[in-house]
Amino acid sequence: MTQTDPVPKIVTSRVGLEESWGIKTYLATGGYTALRKALTSMTPEQVADEVSKSNLLGRGGAGFEVGRKWSMLKPAPVRYLVINGDESEPATFKDHMLIENDPHQIVEGTLISAYAVGAARAFIFVRGEFALGLERLQAAVNEAYAHGAIGRNIFGSGFSVDLVVHPGAGAYICGEETALLESLEGKRGFPRIKPPYFPAVMGLYGEPTIVNNVESMSNIPWIVNNGGASFAALGVGRSTGTRIFALAGHVNRPGNYEVEMAKLSFRELVERPEYGGGMRLGRQVKAFIPGGVSAPWFGPDQLDMALSQDDVAKAGSMLGSGSIVMMDDHTCMVRAAWRITKFFWRESCGQCTPCREGSGWIEKMMQRIELGSGREADLDLLLDACDNIAPGLTWPPQQTTICVLGPSIPSSVASAIRMFRDEFLVHIKEGGCPYE
Amino acid sequence: MGAFSPDMRVRAEGLIALYPERRSALIPLCHLAQQEAGYLTRPFMEEIAELTGTTPAEVYGTASFYDMLHTEPVGKYLVGVCTNIACLLQGGGDLLEHAERALGVPAGGTTEDDMFTLEEVECVAHCDKAPAVQVNYRFFGPLTGESFDDLTAKLRAGEYDGVVPPHGTLIRVQRENGIEVPLDEVLAERREMDKAKAARKAAADAAKAKEGN
Repeated sequence: MTQTDPVPKIVTSRVGLEESWGIKTYLATGGYTALRKALTSMTPEQVADEVSKSNLLGRGGAGFEVGRKWSMLKPAPVRYLVINGDESEPATFKDHMLIENDPHQIVEGTLISAYAVGAARAFIFVRGEFALGLERLQAAVNEAYAHGAIGRNIFGSGFSVDLVVHPGAGAYICGEETALLESLEGKRGFPRIKPPYFPAVMGLYGEPTIVNNVESMSNIPWIVNNGGASFAALGVGRSTGTRIFALAGHVNRPGNYEVEMAKLSFRELVERPEYGGGMRLGRQVKAFIPGGVSAPWFGPDQLDMALSQDDVAKAGSMLGSGSIVMMDDHTCMVRAAWRITKFFWRESCGQCTPCREGSGWIEKMMQRIELGSGREADLDLLLDACDNIAPGLTWPPQQTTICVLGPSIPSSVASAIRMFRDEFLVHIKEGGCPYE
Repeated sequence: MGAFSPDMRVRAEGLIALYPERRSALIPLCHLAQQEAGYLTRPFMEEIAELTGTTPAEVYGTASFYDMLHTEPVGKYLVGVCTNIACLLQGGGDLLEHAERALGVPAGGTTEDDMFTLEEVECVAHCDKAPAVQVNYRFFGPLTGESFDDLTAKLRAGEYDGVVPPHGTLIRVQRENGIEVPLDEVLAERREMDKAKAARKAAADAAKAKEGN
């Protein structure tokens, strides 16, 4: 399938422009026209209708329809809107780029959404490490206040809302929406016990809350200006619009690429000169991670699969956070899976035993295999530990923990053993890493 | 006499006023404290507790959960080398080993002159510039051993003073506005909006019913 020609740049149109983060550039390129249109000529339900029609799938990782999420908001006097800019899924760097390069677009999308859901106040939670992003987003909010786009009686519409930029402090788990809300309340980032399953029922300070991702918000101004149907006309089936894929690892041109959903294959994204430009040094693909390190791995025979949420899900993995990590044939798969496990071990919040202890056990076993003290029985032991965290090692995984961090731990290790068992055995037999 | 300087105390109170509940400002205030002291000292934790209506133990308990909040002294520059998957594939592990040798401290350690605290960090979302390094949360990359040494030499010489600020992720983040519309006022506005919405729905339903007849 080929992409619509030209592919509209819905969320990255300003990236690369001079001072793309300032209001001058933003206003000169159509900024805040969608907010004005929504507030002065549309009802909140009309805005929500357009977003539902667009079938915008949440861009944070779970891929839940934004319109449907909004419709689940429990009617209550106090409702909040919280934007998740805590991007921490390893090898995902798209929100980081959007926050630094087009903060006004996020602000505008947030304000429109606040109108649609009737939020009493909106918060944008930004990963604490994004110091420059925080600076630029706060500066954008200051400019937007001065422009009359935030605060009392916005653009004379009678709609008022305040927007607060909130800094995180370094914890992967805060990307999980209930942990993010705990953190925003000034607590440890402990995911909340479900049910209630959705913050739309009980969220910030116990009030109904919508939590949406930064890239999701960046799409909203375009959808309001062009209509949900125009957005839905792009892509295939349920995978509508465009999406940023963060391409990393052994490619010639790692970077963020906004492409039409489901029209390109992984291979095209990796090989086309305007995207990845092929594998570095002309090497072969050994394996790749299609959607963040929580996702099970794919092999070279899956490169021709479309970048479609449903196709990837059917094949037993996920597009997740939109991060694609390419690994060439010189990569040690034991080391790669070990490092990913170490990440989960460090970032486990510690509430649930399978995740807290399981990640540590798996990490230690992976370490000893990589460093040459592994035993053949370790492979079954590893899979058994994985099975105790996510019984059956199915996809989507079974859950033994409060949140999905736990069941994400086995993805890389189980994939590596399934696809590269021989490589584990070489490590064990030779007493060390053959790639060292 | 509190731990916060008078100016920073005003700033802290401004931050608290942004939230419906004071405790929400706890983490931002920890960032402010680190801006002043480099790390979270006990007097700061006590004052943050007083300001947010919590106890010093709750402030410590919360702060100790987060990678960016330090309850022990750190060097002038926090140097974080990323070794997560995207950086690992581009030599992040070797770069960390180089950094440990070059600075003479293992990851987690602080140099004797208190200039650098070296950390092995998780993905900093700078993967197109792997292997990446953050210095007080400013990003550099891709780095080699050589360019890492060049970076630390320049930091020592003060050549990056304008680029890499001292501690505190909010040091250059300044909100110019307070909350313009008090929550009560917003809620009154929302009640009217909800009423209007219900009226529109009733009218639409009535029109539909009429069409049906």
